[in-house]
Amino acid sequence: MTVWRERVTLVWVGLMALTCATTWGLSQDLFSPAVAVLGIFLIAALKVRYVMLDFMELRDAPTPARVLFQVWIVAVAAMILAFWFATPAVT
Amino acid sequence: MAAPYTSRHTRVRNRSISEGIVTAELVECRRLPGVDGLWAFIGADSMIFAILFVSFMQDRLHNAARFDACRQTLNMHLGGLNTLILLTSSWLVALAVRAIRRDLDDRISRYLLWGVLTGVMFVVSKSIEYFQKISHGITPATDTFYMWYFVLTGIHLTHVLLGISLLTYLWVNSRRGVYNSSRQVVPECVASFWHLVDLLWIVLFPLLYLQKAI
Repeated sequence: MTVWRERVTLVWVGLMALTCATTWGLSQDLFSPAVAVLGIFLIAALKVRYVMLDFMELRDAPTPARVLFQVWIVAVAAMILAFWFATPAVT
Repeated sequence: MAAPYTSRHTRVRNRSISEGIVTAELVECRRLPGVDGLWAFIGADSMIFAILFVSFMQDRLHNAARFDACRQTLNMHLGGLNTLILLTSSWLVALAVRAIRRDLDDRISRYLLWGVLTGVMFVVSKSIEYFQKISHGITPATDTFYMWYFVLTGIHLTHVLLGISLLTYLWVNSRRGVYNSSRQVVPECVASFWHLVDLLWIVLFPLLYLQKAI
């Protein structure tokens, strides 16, 4: 078993890179708050999806379970973003 | 006759048909790791956290300025580092489960030990963060944002501590050679729980630390 050829290792490298991109990239003042927050939460949703599919092995799970857990991701991300855009601007 | 398919998620069932012809019938065996009851728990826990996320956003809706000011007092770098630590821990535990399935005895306990140690690193880092806040007089009673900060991260930390205990149990057993390709249900259950801990933090971190105001 060569660790570096494992799919989970590739996923882990991607997740680490995305985390660095959001924490030390998107969260800086280079982008408008709307772009930054939208990007940060969409990337977080993508990261959760890959943790579910590859670390939790839902990729090989029965379809109903896989769909149900991915609906959770969409619902949580949509809810957070809906509240964020509904929040009045800070003056 | 169906085409040959070699995925580990399929099994070939030989079926005798009249006149002695044997046909290989492919039956796909998709399965959840561990036991179904654990997944019911993971689903319920995820729903509870989803409700907490909604409640947090509802409170933020009415106090956006205050929430944003408090958010900026949190240590984003420590939060980002914690995310990297938990992702690494999750990866190591995923490798341990794969090593168990392949009967790679020498690697199982090593991966699990590193999984435990990275979990402990998260606890140490979170403790430093709590200490910094409390030493500046910030407690859950300070205001609504900090109440949510301590409640959400506190519930998550409880999950982390439970996960570390379970991983330590696995590590001790793995050193005695308890787990192998025919005994993997318990490690799969613990690993799935540990990945849940990881994914909840992936949402919690931007929710508390990175959510700028308009």
